[in-house]
Amino acid sequence: MSAKHLYSIPLLLLTAALSLPFAAHADKLISIDGSSTVYPITEAVAEEFQNSNGGAVKVTVGISGTGGGFKKFTRGEIDISDASRPISAEELAQAHQNQIEFIELPIAFDALTVMVNPKNDWVDYLTVAELKKIWEPDAQGKITKWSQVRNGWPDTPIKLYGAGSDSGTFDYFTEAIVGKAKSSRGDYTASEDDNVLVQGIKNDKNALGYFGYAYYAENQDALKAVPIVASGKDANLANAVSPSPETVKAGTYHPLARPIFIYVNKKSLGREEVRNFVEFYLKSSAALTAEVKYVPLPEAAYEKALARLQNGFSGTAFSGHADVAINIDEMFKRELKNGA
Amino acid sequence: MARPAVIMDRLFLIGGALITALIFGILMLLIGDLVQHGLHRLSWSFIQNFPSRFPEKAGILSAWVGSLLVVLVTMLTALPIGIASGVYLEEYAPKNRLTAVIEINIANLAGVPSIIWGLMALGLFIYVCGFGHSVLTAGFTLGLLVLPIVIISTREAIRTVPRRIREASLALGATKWQTIRHHVLPYSMGGILTGAIISISRALGETAPLITIGALTYVAFLPSSPISASYPFVSAEPFAWLFSGFTVLPIQMFNWVSRPQAAFHENAAAAGLVLLMITLTLNVTAIILRSRFRKRVKW
Repeated sequence: MSAKHLYSIPLLLLTAALSLPFAAHADKLISIDGSSTVYPITEAVAEEFQNSNGGAVKVTVGISGTGGGFKKFTRGEIDISDASRPISAEELAQAHQNQIEFIELPIAFDALTVMVNPKNDWVDYLTVAELKKIWEPDAQGKITKWSQVRNGWPDTPIKLYGAGSDSGTFDYFTEAIVGKAKSSRGDYTASEDDNVLVQGIKNDKNALGYFGYAYYAENQDALKAVPIVASGKDANLANAVSPSPETVKAGTYHPLARPIFIYVNKKSLGREEVRNFVEFYLKSSAALTAEVKYVPLPEAAYEKALARLQNGFSGTAFSGHADVAINIDEMFKRELKNGA
Repeated sequence: MARPAVIMDRLFLIGGALITALIFGILMLLIGDLVQHGLHRLSWSFIQNFPSRFPEKAGILSAWVGSLLVVLVTMLTALPIGIASGVYLEEYAPKNRLTAVIEINIANLAGVPSIIWGLMALGLFIYVCGFGHSVLTAGFTLGLLVLPIVIISTREAIRTVPRRIREASLALGATKWQTIRHHVLPYSMGGILTGAIISISRALGETAPLITIGALTYVAFLPSSPISASYPFVSAEPFAWLFSGFTVLPIQMFNWVSRPQAAFHENAAAAGLVLLMITLTLNVTAIILRSRFRKRVKW
């Protein structure tokens, strides 16, 4: 009897870990972190990139969230930041202070979809004003029935499902609909996991909810997407636009579609593997984005992004906050700011 | 008609059996659900493949290797420190106010939310010590997280060793350390291992503190091996794996569960089964060791 036996457990673990076919040591590493919304695209690109170079370059991707990613990015800890919104004013100041120059590259669209149960036969479309009436903070406890949204709709309770307040989806929806980021009623079923929302709306005739387009695309049989009438247009069915890759790409699905980005540290671009990876990213985005059920940018946008990368134009086209549904061409025309 | 006390006795038996059945039933339901959704995805390629955007090609190689490496560092950190602290507090520490304060603090630490440990580790291990977002940082973080469990279970185990054993040893001229080394520790090893079992299970399931310290999600390579195939069989940097980026099974599962495609949800269930099997294997090993220690204890 001795304390020797105490080491059995770690030893067992060690044996298990050591008996693996370990990969050869490689020094070339590209580190990426940030938004979980952008993650599926970056994962796809990283997978293809590593396949194409036979594993000579290692790519790692984390999901700390857009904010968490920018925190690491502006400290110079990572090469690329995945972002579901433009860099904020504080993050820009932080980057400037740490002398981090970056190149802002849009890589795809993320569209939010407003959803009802397929048995719901009264909702033909919703205007931004009606959505605001439902979701603004003042609606809490007051707008509880469908009949309160539009005259003639049934006098049945309206059950709301939406994004949890930590998600970029929540920030974006509230900014686009209510007019102020993070401003929303609180009495609804909230989840950071869109699959939970899908289940809720699937099983409730009186449900209304919003989440990312990819989740709708995977559940088209069980959900009904509501066409949206942009603000400033007459409220009728002819002006209502359904979410689809075509309407998002054309910019007519307004205001619930937004570009998502990668931010590349300019210093990292001095490394050949990082430059190759980012060029590979922009060239393969169109195909890979569609494969993971996101909406790709128009071809011309990828070319402009590639030109921006090759010319080394650094800075952001945004003034520290997300413009609601910015036109992608207009974005490329804007002057880039580096913060100061 | 039976006496009221006997009726109570039977009621308690029935109630206890029902509750045990309920808990067992819930566990079976959970496992059954995982099996139903995930079993058909389990295969060698699932164990041997890296993550992928194609659910049918995706695997958990980097995740389960990462989990094992992190738990290895966790145990190497928490067990020696935890057992030493437990022995000191129980056998050597003077019974004064300072010791009481330390004891209360350790008990409280066991209840600190895991995300707090992650934040502390981010500041200490990454920003101050510069260990990076690595296996080492993760192992230390989880090591600290389970340390109170190890200390408390060590102390409880040591307390069960009868005083007369210590006195007999001392009376025969053994020093205090010899008494602890040859009698107290071996006799309490069963209880100490119970603490280790709970710690391993806890560490394997943790996600939040690891995300805080920068655990990755997509990793398509393994940390470099400390051994090599040719002479001298030790690689040039035998400790490089400690500083490698990593991911763990719960993070991979979390990512798959939140994906839109149903096929990824099945992958998550399959990864859950693997995690359960790893936990079960480690625990069974510890339980076998514990029963062997207990059998040898005769007094």
